[in-house]
Amino acid sequence: MSGRVLSRRRLLGAGALGTGGLLLSGRHRLNRSAAFRDALQGAEGLHMRAQRLIAGDALAREYAEAQMSPEFRANGNRDVADATYRQHADAGFAQWALVVDGLVRRPLALPLSALKALPQRAQITRHDCVEGWSAIGKWQGPQLSRVLAMAGLLPAARYAVFHCADRFGDTPYYESIDLIDAFHPQTILAWRMNGQPLPVAHGAPLRLRVERQLGYKHAKYVMRIELRATLAGLYGGKGGYWEDAGDYAWYAGI
Amino acid sequence: MVRRHRLSTRLWHWGNAVTLLVLLMSGLMIFNAHPRLYWGEYGANPDHAWLDIGATVAGEDAFPGWATIPSTYSLADARLWHLAFAWVLALALLAYLAWSLANGHIRRDLHITRREWRLAHLWQDVRDHAALRFAGGAAALRYNTLQKIAYAAVLFGLLPLMIATGLAMSPGMDAGWPWFSAVWGGRQSARSVHFIVAFALVGFFVLHILMVLLAGPLNELRSIVTGWYRLPPSPSPDGPA
Repeated sequence: MSGRVLSRRRLLGAGALGTGGLLLSGRHRLNRSAAFRDALQGAEGLHMRAQRLIAGDALAREYAEAQMSPEFRANGNRDVADATYRQHADAGFAQWALVVDGLVRRPLALPLSALKALPQRAQITRHDCVEGWSAIGKWQGPQLSRVLAMAGLLPAARYAVFHCADRFGDTPYYESIDLIDAFHPQTILAWRMNGQPLPVAHGAPLRLRVERQLGYKHAKYVMRIELRATLAGLYGGKGGYWEDAGDYAWYAGI
Repeated sequence: MVRRHRLSTRLWHWGNAVTLLVLLMSGLMIFNAHPRLYWGEYGANPDHAWLDIGATVAGEDAFPGWATIPSTYSLADARLWHLAFAWVLALALLAYLAWSLANGHIRRDLHITRREWRLAHLWQDVRDHAALRFAGGAAALRYNTLQKIAYAAVLFGLLPLMIATGLAMSPGMDAGWPWFSAVWGGRQSARSVHFIVAFALVGFFVLHILMVLLAGPLNELRSIVTGWYRLPPSPSPDGPA
């Protein structure tokens, strides 16, 4: 009897160790396997299709002033070292203009005053960071759809790319969305936050708000909007700084 | 030797075990990215956290590498694993529940009768567990009441809760189904519940393994792998079968 118990214990122990060992060594190898990563990344397409089926054109939830975060955390780059940007910032962005180009009929250079003169949308929304935290703030600016309508899209245009003034090391920040999100009513170019001009820490002079996706899609320090047919051939080709740098999902609805 | 567990139960059990382990370990890595929990709609570093672990030792993560997927810090990689395996969890649970409803597994094996809900019966079941008295003979083929409650809580409570609170954290889902995160009291509340229920599942796992070890690990393991179970002699034996 004692012999049987012992062998049983040994067997179970070996089984547990074996499983644990497989998992410990296997997860590392699997995580580096290109085929396995491709399979995992297949879920991103499922997320986009499922969410667009469920949400359609629905708006992200909007909140009352009383529900706003007392303090809105600034994240990512909180300042820009670029000399031209610094000059514009010191001058209150009075001489600055947003460039809209690429696959458009009429390339634009829109000064901040022109963006402020367009019909405005103000929205109190929840900003969800990929890390897990959330902050609720009030954003105001023209809808991106209005700016795109002024420029007039060429039929080949599929993506709006946001080129930013901030950098991580030598790599400029950029982000991109497709035209479904670009023409969503809550997608605005915010120059005002919580009733004040957008602070530098939050992306002055202009920050993209794309409310149904995670925080890293909301590009700060937007200098130029480029309309493109494809994301291939631009930096790492995955459509955004974090997408290129670490395999973060391009569709960040989850 | 008798047939104990159906093929559908055995397949789901093992597939689900691997899936939950991956979800737990990748979830702990995701938590490491912001190891603070809040109640309400919003919550970030300036706000009050009801739980704040890690970041106490510089350069140390809240959960260590042996417990996470991947083993070194990568939020992006952990999300790849977590969000892909979340589909496996949800679809497999849906299929298993539908199949178990159709083949009578839920009605026959998991349904808790009114007699079983009676306090006297439950108390007897608690005492039998405390004294490590396990059913023998044909009675060993049926789940006891505490066992039914535990399995039903996982199948109909904890796992659906994990899926619901997981979806409630998604900004895309929030646009489509705003009530989905609102019922928790907000996105950060849903994140807190997600974390708490994950550890409730860990608690279930610990009890589950303990009961397998106490009830006769080889026989139990054989029955959940091959389906074959050796009936313990009746009435209940003192030692393992």
